[in-house]
Amino acid sequence: MNSIGEGLWQAAQLIVQLDSDLVEITSLSLRVSLGATIVASAIGLPLGAWLAVNRFPARRLVIALLNALMGLPPVVVGLMVYVIFSRSGPLGVLGLLFTPTVMVIAQVVIITPIIASVAHQAIRELWADYHDLLISLQATRWQRIRTLLWDGRRALMTASLAGFGRAIGEVGAIMIVGGNIDHATRVLTTAIALETGKGEFEMALALGFVLIGLAIAVNLALHFLSRTERGARW
Amino acid sequence: MVGAHWLTLTDVTVRRRGKTLLGPVSFALNGSGLTILMGPNGAGKTTLLRAIHGIERLNDGRIEWHDPQDADGRAQGFVFQQPVLMRRSVLDCIAYPLRLDGQSAVQAREAARAAADEVQLRVNLDQPVFLLSGGEKQKMALARALVRAPRILFLDEPCANLDGHAIIEIEEILNRVRAGGTRILMSTHDQGQARRLADSVLFLHKGQLVEQTEGREFFSTPRTEAGRAFLKGEILL
Repeated sequence: MNSIGEGLWQAAQLIVQLDSDLVEITSLSLRVSLGATIVASAIGLPLGAWLAVNRFPARRLVIALLNALMGLPPVVVGLMVYVIFSRSGPLGVLGLLFTPTVMVIAQVVIITPIIASVAHQAIRELWADYHDLLISLQATRWQRIRTLLWDGRRALMTASLAGFGRAIGEVGAIMIVGGNIDHATRVLTTAIALETGKGEFEMALALGFVLIGLAIAVNLALHFLSRTERGARW
Repeated sequence: MVGAHWLTLTDVTVRRRGKTLLGPVSFALNGSGLTILMGPNGAGKTTLLRAIHGIERLNDGRIEWHDPQDADGRAQGFVFQQPVLMRRSVLDCIAYPLRLDGQSAVQAREAARAAADEVQLRVNLDQPVFLLSGGEKQKMALARALVRAPRILFLDEPCANLDGHAIIEIEEILNRVRAGGTRILMSTHDQGQARRLADSVLFLHKGQLVEQTEGREFFSTPRTEAGRAFLKGEILL
């Protein structure tokens, strides 16, 4: 309990003093996780909608696979991305290993199935409501997907936030591909792992509280910004 | 009801999960006006409307539109028994078909306001559609179906679950739409409504077309035992 209290106190101090290291790793955490969420949403949301609207022979298999990929172990993803981007790997020539870019890539691999799967569920329900109307109005396949994405935007934001939540709290993959390099690839989660390893529990807890606060703040901000219903108006 | 045929159905059959919901049904429609589809529950009225409009796949038979302009789904409007409520404002729901056609938001909304006026939907058009009453929701659905100025309008029991006042309003709108030259196919359980509106009647029973007659003729001299029993309010098995 003492450590938790100390951690809270240190977190408050770090925030009030705007500790430069804290600002740097918090900023990188945000950039990497938000970047990964944007890219994964750009892939996952239309994919989820497409799977909800289209019928094809292997559809059930693809959905089952997508659901299974939601449980991808981050360490394994990190390892695979590491191998692909290592000097001898197929994309080693890009020289991206141990950079924030490859951290984003690893996180995109981890959270895209989550976003696509949650989006698929939400859009499937909306499609059941809209199906007859959109067929009757002769909406093209692309128009149907666009309509479902727009009208389901609140549920889809939840899908993206689920992805962001997973990304901001992820440590295994980005530790492997980023290397936790000070002033280069250190983010909140890898810093927490490092401080814990050093036995600096108060500092680790302080960073943990900052991480939790950050996740809550981003969720609240997005909810506030994307409110589609204000009073009795849309 | 004289004039050239504009629609011919030949042996139209719809089966789902091994059960025949409709058919084989064959008939032709000619002239303008309002055709009422009547029959007990499960007679195939909704399936027939959906099949003609093209949202129900046929297992057999053929539907032939004699004017290619009629065959275009965009020249047809469909009002479902339960209005489909999009997660949009009333105005944007009505404007939606025109947005699909590529009209700008401003143009589409202007036309949507005119369509709302046409069906006398006098509510705050910027509010979410789910805040409307049952009658207002059905008027919204009518306005949405009319916004493309359809040549043919399908209505699947549009007055089910509405009170007397709302029913009269909907019927007045349908009379105006019919007078404007739009051909209407409408299913209803309500014999009183059918008598008030029908120019012709298709009477269905157990997925089969049992009678096709002029409106007054069906109600005064039904040709079949099933038709007579239905008009007397007897339960048809």
